Amino acid sequence: MTGLYEEIREQPAGDVPVRRVTITVNGAKRTADVEPRLLLAHLLRQGFKLTGTHTGCDTTNCGACTVLFDGRPIKSCTMLAVQADGHEVTTVEGLAGTSELHPIQEGFKDEHGLQCGFCTPGMMLAAKALLDSNPDPSEDEVRWALSGNLCRCTGYQNIVKSVLWAAKKLQSQSTS
Amino acid sequence: MYPSRFRYESPRSINEAIALLQEGGGEAKVLAGGQSLVPLLKLRFAAPELLVDINGLPGLDHHTVDPDGTIRIGALCRHADLERWAVLPARQPTMAAAAPLVADPIVRNRGTLVGSLCHADPQGDWASVVTALGGHVVAQGANGRRSIPVTQFVTGPFQNTLGYDEIAVEAVIPAPKGQAAGGYLKLERRVGDFATAGVAVAVELSGAVVTRAGIALTGVGGSTIDAGDAAQSLAGGQLTGDSIDNAADLAARAAQPRTDHRGSAEYKRQIVRTFVVRILTGVKESTERAA
Repeated sequence: MTGLYEEIREQPAGDVPVRRVTITVNGAKRTADVEPRLLLAHLLRQGFKLTGTHTGCDTTNCGACTVLFDGRPIKSCTMLAVQADGHEVTTVEGLAGTSELHPIQEGFKDEHGLQCGFCTPGMMLAAKALLDSNPDPSEDEVRWALSGNLCRCTGYQNIVKSVLWAAKKLQSQSTS
Repeated sequence: MYPSRFRYESPRSINEAIALLQEGGGEAKVLAGGQSLVPLLKLRFAAPELLVDINGLPGLDHHTVDPDGTIRIGALCRHADLERWAVLPARQPTMAAAAPLVADPIVRNRGTLVGSLCHADPQGDWASVVTALGGHVVAQGANGRRSIPVTQFVTGPFQNTLGYDEIAVEAVIPAPKGQAAGGYLKLERRVGDFATAGVAVAVELSGAVVTRAGIALTGVGGSTIDAGDAAQSLAGGQLTGDSIDNAADLAARAAQPRTDHRGSAEYKRQIVRTFVVRILTGVKESTERAA
C-alpha cells in the first residue's frame, strides 16, 4: 500500500504548491517537501521512516500517534506536517539512544506495561510529558495524564505501574 | 484518511490573514488548534480551498484578567493553558471546572476555547460555559473589530455568525458583580467521548443573594441551550432547597435531548436536573460556610 507521502513524491499536487518544511526531529533537523494536506504522523512514518509513531484510530481518539511537539504531547494524526515547520518533535525513537533504554521504557519492560505494544509509544510520550512537569505523580495523576491514550490489552494497571516505576527511577538518578 | 487538496498559508500578521480570507471568498477556513477542523478535513465533511493557519500570529495566545475583573482569552490560548491557570478557580470557577473536562489531556494541548466557540458543536463545552457567563466573542475583519454576544454568535449546530473574512480573535468574560460561583459538570462514557449531557452554572453573589445567574446545557439539543428561565428564577433571591429544585426543573424542561446510544431522552433530562442541583447545592453550602 502506498501512502500519501509516496503518492506526492510520484505525482506533484497540481496547482497546490508543495511546501518545504524543516522540523527538528529527535534533535536533528530534517527537511521535506510536503503537500499541505499531509499529516504529521504520515511524514514521520513514511517520510522519515520513524515507524515507532503508530496510527491507530486516525480519528483523534486513541493517542497511539502521540508525539511531543515543543515538549507537549499532541496527536500527530491531527496536525498537518506543514504546521510543524520550525518546531521540535520528539518521537519514541528519541526517548533514548539505540543501545540503551529510557527509564520509562525500562519501566514498561520491568512492570509488563505492554502486551501487543501498539499503544506503547504514545503512552510513553504522554508519560514523558507528565514526568517532565511532575516528577513525583500520584497514581491518580498518572491515570489522568494517560486518559487520552487508549490501550485495548492491559486494562491499564501495569501501564500505570510502569510510569510510577519510571518516576522512582528518574528521581533516584537525579539525586544520585 | 487524507483531507482533500487545499492551499495552505501561514500569515505573520492579522491583516495578512484577513486579506487571505477575503481572497478565499468564503472558500477559506481558519486553522487554530485544529482539533475539530483537522478531523473534519480528514472525514471530508469540510473541504476548503484555502487553509489560513493563524498559529504564527503574534498576540493571540493570551489569557488575562483586566483590573476590573474582565477575563480575556485569545484565539491561540489552549485548553491546557486554562487548566493550569492558577488564578482561574478563584476568579471564574465555572471556567475552571470545565477546562479539565474538555476532550482529553492530549487534545487539550492543542485545542482552543475560541476555536471551540467557532466550531459551535452542540456537544462543545465552552459554548455552554461562555453562554452561562454572558460572554462575547471579538471578531476582527477588514473594518476593525466588533463584539458579538455568544448567544448571537452560536446560531445553530456548527454555525456561527462570523463573516467569511473575519477572525474570532478573543473571547471576553465580563467581570462578575460580586463573588463569582458555579461549576460545570459533564457526563461522558469515557474521557474524550462526546458529552451525554453537560451543565454550566454561573452565579454572582452579593452576600447570600444571587445578583446574576446563567445556566446553559451541553449535548441535549441541536445547539447549545441557554436555560434562561432557570437562571432568571434564581436572580434576586437566596439559594434554598426549593429555589434550587425549581431552577433544576426549569433547566430540565429547557433541555431538548434525543434518545440515542448514550441514553434515553428522559435519562438525559434527569442528568441535567441532577447536575443543576449538585452545582447549586455546592454553591449554597460554601456560601453558608463563608457566612
